[in-house]
This record gives sequence, C-alpha cells and structure tokens, in this order.
Amino acid sequence: MANVRLVQGNEACALGALKAGAYNFFGYPITPSTEIAEHMAEMMPKCGARFVQMEDEIASIGAVIGAAATGRKAFTATSGPGFSLMQEAIGFAAIDEVPCVVVDVQRMGPCTGLPTLSAQGDIQQARFGSHGDHAIIALAPSSVMETYYMTIQCFNLAEKYRTPVILLLDEEIGHLRERFDVDPDEEVEIINRKQPTCAPEDYLPYENTEDDVPAMAYWGKGYRYHMTGLTHNQKGYYSSVLPEVDAFNRRLTRKIEGHIDEFWESEDFFVDDCDYLFIAYGSVARTAQEAMEELRAEGIKVGLLRPKTIWPINEAKIKKACEGKKAVIVPELNLGQYAREIERVIGKPVEKVTRVDSELVLVEECVDKVKEVLK
Amino acid sequence: MSSHEKYKIRLSGSGGQGVIKAAVMLAEAALVDGRNATQSQVYGPESRGGATRAEVNISDGPILFPKVENPGILLCMSPESFEKFGADIAPGGTLILDGDVGEGTKGVKNYRIPITDTCRDLDPKGSDLSANVVALGVLNGLFDFVSRDAIVESLYRNFKKKVAELNWKFYDAGYEMGKNAKPFEL
Repeated sequence: MANVRLVQGNEACALGALKAGAYNFFGYPITPSTEIAEHMAEMMPKCGARFVQMEDEIASIGAVIGAAATGRKAFTATSGPGFSLMQEAIGFAAIDEVPCVVVDVQRMGPCTGLPTLSAQGDIQQARFGSHGDHAIIALAPSSVMETYYMTIQCFNLAEKYRTPVILLLDEEIGHLRERFDVDPDEEVEIINRKQPTCAPEDYLPYENTEDDVPAMAYWGKGYRYHMTGLTHNQKGYYSSVLPEVDAFNRRLTRKIEGHIDEFWESEDFFVDDCDYLFIAYGSVARTAQEAMEELRAEGIKVGLLRPKTIWPINEAKIKKACEGKKAVIVPELNLGQYAREIERVIGKPVEKVTRVDSELVLVEECVDKVKEVLK
Repeated sequence: MSSHEKYKIRLSGSGGQGVIKAAVMLAEAALVDGRNATQSQVYGPESRGGATRAEVNISDGPILFPKVENPGILLCMSPESFEKFGADIAPGGTLILDGDVGEGTKGVKNYRIPITDTCRDLDPKGSDLSANVVALGVLNGLFDFVSRDAIVESLYRNFKKKVAELNWKFYDAGYEMGKNAKPFEL
C-alpha cells in the first residue's frame, strides 16, 4: 500500500525511462505526449540527467541518435505528426544500429487530426514508416503499470538488439490515471549494449556476428569508426559490393525477426479453450477482455490474445492461436491496420470492430460482434 | 464510512472549471481507501470553454474498460455539458445540476445544487476557482464514495499545503449540501 498512488500513463512512461537509465531526453512537446516531456524536464535535472527541448521532431530524433551513439540511453516522445517527421531518422538509427527509444502516444489522424483525442492509427507506420527493408520492435501497453515496465523493456530491447524501439501508447492509456503500485527501489533487469573486447584497430562496428548483433563501442572511447546513412560494410564504410550489401540488409531484419522467440510477448486468456478469439492490443484490449468475460459468463467460449509486442508479428504463434477457431475478431481504433496483418498471417478474413471517431471501442460493440458471428 | 458499491461517474463542465481535477481527487481518494479506480477525460484543443468530461470508475475489483459510457452519476456544471451529455445518463441514475444548468432528465434522480454560487459566496474575492472542490464535496455528501480521511489525503496530494487548507471550507460546504439535498423527478 505504501507506494500506491494515482498515476497517468504518460507519467508512468517517464518514470520507467528514468528507471531504465535514460540519460537524455530530446523532444518537441506535442499533445497527447506532452506530459512525458514535462515529467522528464522536472525529474531529469534532479538525477543529473539531461533534458533538452529541441526546435522540432527531426532535430529531436537526430539528437537522440547522437547521444545514444556516445553510449547514453536516449529517447524522445511524440505523437502522429511528430512521428511522421521522425521516420527518416528512425531509418538512420536502424541502418546504423543505434539503440534508442521513440515513444509515440497515438492520436487521431491523419495530419493534425484531433490532437487531444484517441486512435491507434500508427500501427502500420510504426512498422513501415521508414523506407527500405529493416525490422523494428514495437510494444503496446494496456495499463499504466504496464507502461512503466514496458518502457524499461523498450530500452533493454534497444540495447540488446542495437535497434530503435517504438513504444506505441494510445491517448487512452497515455492520459489514463489509475492505480500505480511500484517500489521505486525495486530491482529490475537492465540490459546494456555489448561492448567490443578486441583491440580498437581490430574493431568491426557492423560485424557479422553469430548472434547477428555486433558489439557497439561508445563514441569517444578510442574505438574510432565511421557512421553513415549509406549502406556500409562491417567497418562502417560505404559499400556497394553485392554480397556485402545482401548480407548486411538480411542481417538487419534477421537480427530481430530471427530472434523473435527471445523477446516476443503476449497475454493470453483462454486462447486454447475458445471458439471465438479476440486479438486486441493497447487500450482496446481492455474492452475486449471485458467483452470476453461477459460472453463467457453467458456460456459462449471466447478467448483473448493480447500481443504486448506489436512488431514484429509472431506468425507461428498467431497461426497456432487462430487454428480451428470459428472466428477471429480484431477490434481496434483504426480501419483494420492490425487486422490486415492477422489476415495475411492466417490466410483468411477476420472480423473487424473498428472505430475512427476518437471514442474507445465499447464492450457492447465487441459483444454484439461475437453474437452476430454466432448466428 | 465509505461504501463498497461499484460506481461509474462522469463530471462535466466547461474547460477551466476544474472538473478533471475534481475527478483526479476523487479517484486518488478511492485508492487511498484501498479501492480501485480509473480516471480519464475527454477535452477539446481549447484550454478554456468547450465541453469537458472527466470520468471515474470506482470498484473493489479490477477495472477493465477504463471509461464511462453510461454514467450512473452525472454532474453537469455548464449548460453546454448538460446538452452534450445529459442523455448519456443510465436509467435510474443520479443527475446533479449546478445552479440553473439544464432542466433535468426523466427516469433519474435529479438534484439541483448551487455549486458555483456557493463557491462565490464563500470566497473572499467572490471567485469560482474552488467550485470543483465544492462539487467534490457535493458528490461525496450524496454518495459517501470515500472516507473523509481519504479526501484529506487526496487534497494534500493534489494541492500545495496552503491551498489544500484553504479548500477545506469549500469541500465541507459541498458535503453538507450533498447530505441535505432532496431529489426531484420529471
């Protein structure tokens, strides 16, 4: 009880970032993510960390990448319009394998849309927003407590796989206040990037290692290397040598998607014991869970698979979960961005419950959809 | 004594009236009492005006759907908020109207309570700044959602000490009005 207080999702994100060891925040405040910047601005100077309000989102992500290259844990927080502006540089972080975290508190789009209101419209953008082939990791929390732990996990995954990681909050969770019961001194696992053990002259910053993740020296520690947005060889210099280019591009995707079983997480309810399966994430998963409980109380066998890891998609897991179900129902705050991915994976249509009017999907909408399919 | 019912509450008003803050204080007090609560809000891009709604769920168990679609308790502190949300109230629910706001709703318990006027009367400068704290008092006077100790703790968590102390008389005035209020039906 001692630690129980009412905390907002965005504040939990800020607290999680500090717990993970975030040393730098560079950002340009934007609704509905602004509270993250506000909390970082207040807390970071008190722990000797650095908060900088940048001139825009492009500068923000650029500074994040620079700080992260020196070995600091760095992140930014934004929403739709800012997330769009950051896409090119997220590609830079991907090709140069710079660990960093981008928090996107999704709001209604496209464009300026409805700044204060909720949506889950950036699901596909989080995966494919930046050009070229590379994998990405994106996580989506469903509660304030989970936002705290998931933010820590984002930093850990970024460090472990040398990749930008996206925390996909939605406005509902970012602005939701609920019970928060975390001991600030609790011990949590903190992962730091692998360091080179070789002599500086032997260091290959983009080495094709067995685990697909090369060691990353901190800038300024004597391991000199070249960092470029151009496709590069293991030393970091521009390369258009076919086998090198091929090996590099394949490794960028393989280092994440080839290791999916090491980090992919979901919360499953009656997935093996149901006829109708909801697949839902973020705020909407709470609606789906309540609908599931209502329907099960009526004797209708309903389950819920809640991917905590939105990207990459765990094809084997989704396929197995959907096998033999009478229907798969995907409720979300967009016109079917994740449903489309589920359909691709399972090779057949799913039932959609979509809302793009800024209100959260209602429990009765999910209940009605199952009853409609039942007939 | 606080009760152990499950409550779905919506506080609505004009941006700047502090309905979100009142909702935060109520939800925080519920946590202090060892209960579970969620608090959410919907507001427009304007920092003043517009119709703001803040919602609180209070329960002893887990709260999944975090918002309030059909409130059992609806507070309207501006004419616009009554027009916008008046029809959302659950049948048999409780509607609280501030002063001359709205005409009431059929099939519910209506209360007309001079929340903002009471605040102005109590404030030495005639300000309505603490109307949200009067409203919090009214709500707890009507329902006793949370204990007085929890409200004390919540006020101190949400305001600086001096401001919290100044707010006591506003809360108490609201609580008394809530305790003594008589409903009317349409």
